[in-house]
Amino acid sequence: MAAPRAPLHLVMPVWNRGTRGIRGLSRAVALEGSQKKGRSLLQFLADRFYDVQALREYLLQKQVLKVHQKNRPFTYIKERFGPHAAGAYFILKQGGAVKFQGKEWIRSDAHGHFSLDFLKFQAVPVEAVDASGCAINYQGLDSLLALKELQSLWLQRCPHVDDWCLGRLHPLANSLQELSLAGCPRISERGLASLHHLRNLRRLDISDLPAVSNPGLTRILVEEMLPSCQVLGADWAQGLPSGPEEQSQDRASPIPA
Amino acid sequence: MLRRALQLGLGRGLLGRGLLGRGLGTHRGGSTLGKVEGSGGYRGSWVAPVSSYVTFRTRDPAHDGKTVGRLGEGDQNGKVSEIKKKIQSVLPGGAWNPPYDTSYLPPEHSDVVIVGGGVIGLSVAYWLKRLEKPRGAIRVLVVERDHTYSQASTALSVGGIRQQFSVPENIQLSLFSEYLAVVDDPPLDIQFNPSGYLLLASEKGAAVMESNVKVQRQEGAKVCLMSPEQLRNKFPWINTEGVALASYGMEYEGWFDPWCLLQGLRRKVQSMGVLFCHGEVTRFVSSSSHTETTSGEEVTLKRIHEVHVKIDRSLEYQPVECALVINAAGAWSGQIAELAGVGKGPPGTLQGTKLPVERRKRYVYLWHCPQGPGLETPFIVDASGAYFRREGLGNNYLGGCSPTEEEEPDPGNLEVDHDFFQDKVWPPLAQRVPAFETLKVRSAWAGYYDYNTFDQNGVVGPHPLVVNMYFATGFSGHGLQQAPAVGRAVAEMVLDGHFQTINLSPFHFSRFYLGEKVQEHNII
Repeated sequence: MAAPRAPLHLVMPVWNRGTRGIRGLSRAVALEGSQKKGRSLLQFLADRFYDVQALREYLLQKQVLKVHQKNRPFTYIKERFGPHAAGAYFILKQGGAVKFQGKEWIRSDAHGHFSLDFLKFQAVPVEAVDASGCAINYQGLDSLLALKELQSLWLQRCPHVDDWCLGRLHPLANSLQELSLAGCPRISERGLASLHHLRNLRRLDISDLPAVSNPGLTRILVEEMLPSCQVLGADWAQGLPSGPEEQSQDRASPIPA
Repeated sequence: MLRRALQLGLGRGLLGRGLLGRGLGTHRGGSTLGKVEGSGGYRGSWVAPVSSYVTFRTRDPAHDGKTVGRLGEGDQNGKVSEIKKKIQSVLPGGAWNPPYDTSYLPPEHSDVVIVGGGVIGLSVAYWLKRLEKPRGAIRVLVVERDHTYSQASTALSVGGIRQQFSVPENIQLSLFSEYLAVVDDPPLDIQFNPSGYLLLASEKGAAVMESNVKVQRQEGAKVCLMSPEQLRNKFPWINTEGVALASYGMEYEGWFDPWCLLQGLRRKVQSMGVLFCHGEVTRFVSSSSHTETTSGEEVTLKRIHEVHVKIDRSLEYQPVECALVINAAGAWSGQIAELAGVGKGPPGTLQGTKLPVERRKRYVYLWHCPQGPGLETPFIVDASGAYFRREGLGNNYLGGCSPTEEEEPDPGNLEVDHDFFQDKVWPPLAQRVPAFETLKVRSAWAGYYDYNTFDQNGVVGPHPLVVNMYFATGFSGHGLQQAPAVGRAVAEMVLDGHFQTINLSPFHFSRFYLGEKVQEHNII
């Protein structure tokens, strides 16, 4: 931002134009007419700092409310058509894809529209959910947890899925076989520790998690925790110093050991 | 100019020291420098302190300057204050602007003064600011004696959060702590480990545990009961000898970093406009009034008017005029309550009922065990009272044990007793988890519980006799997890006069006098 640079401009005129003390500084600034034009908008905003702050808070609140709105529960659909249809509607509304047992993948198109044919499937369970990139959060997971026969759940790159959400996945323990958490920015090793409830898990993808502090060690520990599961994650040797190259460096060093 | 200088000299000399009126700034108790405090108002441009001259004429020194012009001469008082107002409006500066830096002092007036800046006090401040109707309506001041939080229970806590309590209000409190997951500005990451709590019970405690779990499930907590075989299947490294029943909290239980929460709360609360003061409360100035109850008994009601906040490492104190005081001083709340006059009366009466919150020292040990349980380890509480949890990824574990009443350590200091680990903590844990036979203690620390000796549950709500002091203390080791809900409840009590979201009336102070215990059995 250019605003912090304004004091520097004030310092220069003091020394160049020989202003007398503090009272001369305002005169010095007023004389910088040619450079003032670019700074007038920033000066205007800086003068109204608290209003700008209030506006920023309002915009942030609106963003939070938008995510909340997306994760609202669809109770009417749940009562009328059953939990599977409600869960499918929820995912499709967020922009994901759903696969019912024995049917094809249903996806919403670029404009967010999707066909409502699946509401006719009475009691056909949802088998797989692809919620990559959707704004699912802690509250929205309610709709997903009602899908009791879900076998495959993809939560790649979901920005609001965090450790608290992972702690809620245990109701799916009987059926869930595949879980993908790749690229979620908020998941850390603390949330991965709560995945041990998922006894039937066969494939787990925990690659590319930026909030995990030690990806290699985490992968080893998760593999120990879930013995019958194939864990796809960071290379376990990542973060370890490589052995042979170090030794050759030692030998090449001129300083005697 | 010369006349004004004379007045200055006269004012200083004749007034003497230490006779400052209300609203004229700080009191410097014990200071011998006569030049600043003896006289009245120095304006910014060093014009004569005319107000002091005026007040000298009207004030009676014996009355310590409560109000200006209390000589019983009505006309003259009115004229004098008029003249004073006119002069003040002419002179530059307006309010009392001392020429030295007083930013470390608390303000002279504050609507709510919260004594104690730990997680409970900050939570109350947060909710007060969040629930106030017009923005900026309430001025809140948090007085904290130690800004490094070196002895605060919050910072030294193990950080567990659970829903497995036995009293419904406690469970509701912990469930309500979901606000921790809400995105604030800036987003707060408290390093939550959702690994759950595992409480083990022997034969004796199995029935109690079952009834507790029923209560917990009624309140919506997701707890499952496990038999010893199920326990062995799930956690093969547990030795289930002596365990009859286990209750495992599946959701929304675990532990987090209390320091992160504390700092996050501090930042948020400061951004909302709460003032902080680094000082200690040394005195309450209150007034009493006598009334009669409906049954004809005489009652003395007290109202706190001022809180004297003494600045750290100095004799200087500032009287802060306040409307409400919230006692969230944790392990030291008993002393604050005594300062306010709680418990000064014949024993057995309401006036004589003290706040039964004392400091109790608890030890926490950190050890390393290379063959220990892995990532899925929950927070395990053994039937004997010893507990431990995983810390980090490097096979480190944190744990401890609450001593029995006879073995209570002296709470005078925070020194750690390592023999306690050898004798009381290690044997039951090694018996429960055989891998802990070989371990190495890395470090240890001690912290205080604000232990409620009456029934080990918190005290929330106003005092019946000191009408504007509210309590939010005495949580006996569980204040951290109950802080958000307690903060909201106290803020609702302050702003609306009654509890709205959760009803905490069973935790009122009067239960100490009436003898109604709200006993919590699942205290670790």
